[in-house]
Amino acid sequence: MTVLLALLVGVLYAGGIYLILRRSMVKVIFGLILLGHAANLMIFTVGRLTKGAPAFVQEGASGLAEPYADPLPQALILTAIVIGFGVQAFTIVLFKRTYQTLGTEDLDEMTSTDRLPPGGSS
Amino acid sequence: MNGLIVFPVFLPFLAAVIMLLFRRNLPAQRALHLLSTVLLFSVSLLISGRVLAGGTLSLQVGGWQAPFGITFAVDLLSAVMVVATAFIAVTTALFSLGSIDEQREHYFFYPLMQLLLMGINGAFLTGDIFNLYVWFEVMLISSFVLLVLGGRPEQLEGAIKYVTLNLLSSAIFLAAVGILYGMAGTLNMADLAAKLPYIGHRDLLSVVAVLFLITFGVKSAIFPLFFWLPASYHTPPAAVSAIFAGLLTKVGVYAIMRFFTTIFTLEETPFIHQILLWASALTMVTGVLGAIAQYDVRKLLSFHIVSQIGYMIFAVAIQSPLAIAAGLFYIVHNIVAKTNLFYISGIIGRLAGSWNLREIGGLYAAYPLFSLLFLVPALGLAGIPPLSGFWAKLLVIRAGVETGQFLISGLALMVGMLTLFSMIKIWNEAFWKDDPRGNGHVGEAYYALGYAKKVMMILPVVLLGLVTVLSGLWFEPVFTLMERASSDLLSPEAYIRAVTGGGA
Repeated sequence: MTVLLALLVGVLYAGGIYLILRRSMVKVIFGLILLGHAANLMIFTVGRLTKGAPAFVQEGASGLAEPYADPLPQALILTAIVIGFGVQAFTIVLFKRTYQTLGTEDLDEMTSTDRLPPGGSS
Repeated sequence: MNGLIVFPVFLPFLAAVIMLLFRRNLPAQRALHLLSTVLLFSVSLLISGRVLAGGTLSLQVGGWQAPFGITFAVDLLSAVMVVATAFIAVTTALFSLGSIDEQREHYFFYPLMQLLLMGINGAFLTGDIFNLYVWFEVMLISSFVLLVLGGRPEQLEGAIKYVTLNLLSSAIFLAAVGILYGMAGTLNMADLAAKLPYIGHRDLLSVVAVLFLITFGVKSAIFPLFFWLPASYHTPPAAVSAIFAGLLTKVGVYAIMRFFTTIFTLEETPFIHQILLWASALTMVTGVLGAIAQYDVRKLLSFHIVSQIGYMIFAVAIQSPLAIAAGLFYIVHNIVAKTNLFYISGIIGRLAGSWNLREIGGLYAAYPLFSLLFLVPALGLAGIPPLSGFWAKLLVIRAGVETGQFLISGLALMVGMLTLFSMIKIWNEAFWKDDPRGNGHVGEAYYALGYAKKVMMILPVVLLGLVTVLSGLWFEPVFTLMERASSDLLSPEAYIRAVTGGGA
């Protein structure tokens, strides 16, 4: 199972990096989403995959009974997924708005920040 | 009463929530913004007083002992950073009252500013790496929105570069956090610092260290990773650029300082310090050369942020007590001077109607006093005595020479000269030469403003200029403070004890 997940993480990373290197904004978004998933799955995998009981202390016991599943990586991933969704939603809206304003989705054509500004202030 | 230390995080959050209740009432939002930043400043001073008197403070949220709970911890380094943040917050509040247009205000400018402050303070105060990730995200998402607020084409373009690279670095950060947890079984910084020498897999530890370095390198814009910064920082209004320039990159530098002194110490990962050393040299040089080539005032200043980051990274890389103290002083000096310069660039934009150095001119003839206000941070940044930048540069370079880094110290000196050169370029082009469009073109947008708004724009510049001058003149007490912070940072036992040893 660990090997399978490790391979999956590798494939997600490779796909994500390939996609963010493309010129199309849509592909960049997909790439970022894949990278987020890759990182989450990786935390899940390195947090050790054990088939264990929930991490509850039994009544009368003073500690956790082995084997238990470590809840912390799952808590971390839960937080990371929520943050990831929020940020990705923002990115999608931003990219859509950029496409509407500039009329292009080719990242290589976005060079206006390198040019000298015309007059006017804000 | 260690509960005090969450207030720099809680206060902006509360202010943002209350502002949302007054979403149609702009005067209330403005007043609240100013009030909450002033309160923030007082609270941060109070906290620093406590830390100075009693050492590192820590708070275990919910009463769960470290390393199981969420930890907030303030040592002298965090305290200094929080005070600097709060001071910049007050001046930015003033400046944005004078310069932000009503439309942006309607689109939640003030609540976003507060949330940005919450993220920054959270990053400075947290004692837990995963929480650091969360605070980074809070900070980033607010900065994303602030960057695009207004929706002009170049803002959107700048934001695409900024957002993409920062999301990438967040993904790397998350991966590093995951691997570190898998290895050490803890993410509490103090606990990690205590446990790291005893865990196996030294090679994997190096991988984690490098991943963290890449993440914070992107955030703080060090050499190969800085390209998003000059592409985006000059696009939003001056108040936003100023707070970004002053604080956001310094959060990255702070994280580097914290990680590579407390957690990954010099003995632990010596090669990281080699990487930092060379990255710092290249950051200084490429940044300043980029700045010299620019003709847009704001872009020139953006490249300067990069160049100045190099000095701070150099200080962290040397890691002698003097170097860390000098680096910390450099950070504070740079926060003040850099923010000030961006305010001034905003005022230049108003006065001259453009940021293009070829188009503008004659500002000295029209506004001699304002021109002097520009000279203070400009010369301060370049390192002219008796301003704060002189001491900052002198100490960093002296620390470099003491540890035998002659080449990079020499480069740092040369970069100082080039910084001066580029500041003189702004001076010559914008202030000294005659206005190429003929006289009388100056100041249309400025004259349209009310008197109160003009004061709001000039006052922060004066305040920050005063800090630059005074911290240069009364350098000794400031530096004693920095030295204490540095000795705390380099011997983390006290920090570890304060966090893990029943410090609830």
